Amino acid sequence: MIRSELIQTIADENPHLYQRDVERIVNTIFDEITNALAQGNRVELRGFGAFSVKKREARVGRNPRTGDSVQVDAKAVPFFKTGKLLRDRLNGKA
Amino acid sequence: MTDKTLTRMDLSEAVFREVGLSRNESAELVESVLDHISDALVDGEQVKISSFGTFSVRDKNERIGRNPKTGEEVPITPRRVLTFRPSHLMKDKVAAGNK
Repeated sequence: MIRSELIQTIADENPHLYQRDVERIVNTIFDEITNALAQGNRVELRGFGAFSVKKREARVGRNPRTGDSVQVDAKAVPFFKTGKLLRDRLNGKA
Repeated sequence: MTDKTLTRMDLSEAVFREVGLSRNESAELVESVLDHISDALVDGEQVKISSFGTFSVRDKNERIGRNPKTGEEVPITPRRVLTFRPSHLMKDKVAAGNK
């Protein structure tokens, strides 16, 4: 499933909404999560999962093509942990 | 870094502000989006949200684990796990915002 299919499904289920509003709704949800993480916040959606930011230390990496050492700066990366309900559902337990 | 935790309520509040729907309907739509993503994943489908990221389901085989307390070997049953790969755009935004 891709973003446009998700929007279409929601639009089909809500014939009283304009397609462009459904688009704005779906986009708002994902933008809100991204912006929260960009500000260093967590997003916890019980049953689904939690988005958070993990810090990565600076390290010396290697250019795999040339073998040269390169300094990789410390950075923050997005992380997702699956919620218990969804994890159970994936394994046919709920 | 503000160290806040957002929940469904914050997402539905954002939807409420963005579109002229009731708070109640905004909350239902947030739930509906999460439900559709979950259902697709449970069906084994990949969910690709452009400029956000990709959720995919991976099958893990049985392997031998160890009870860290007793040192006893125990089989870890085969299972399906969910992985999320953030898009480049999200990675860049998160890296830039948390310098």
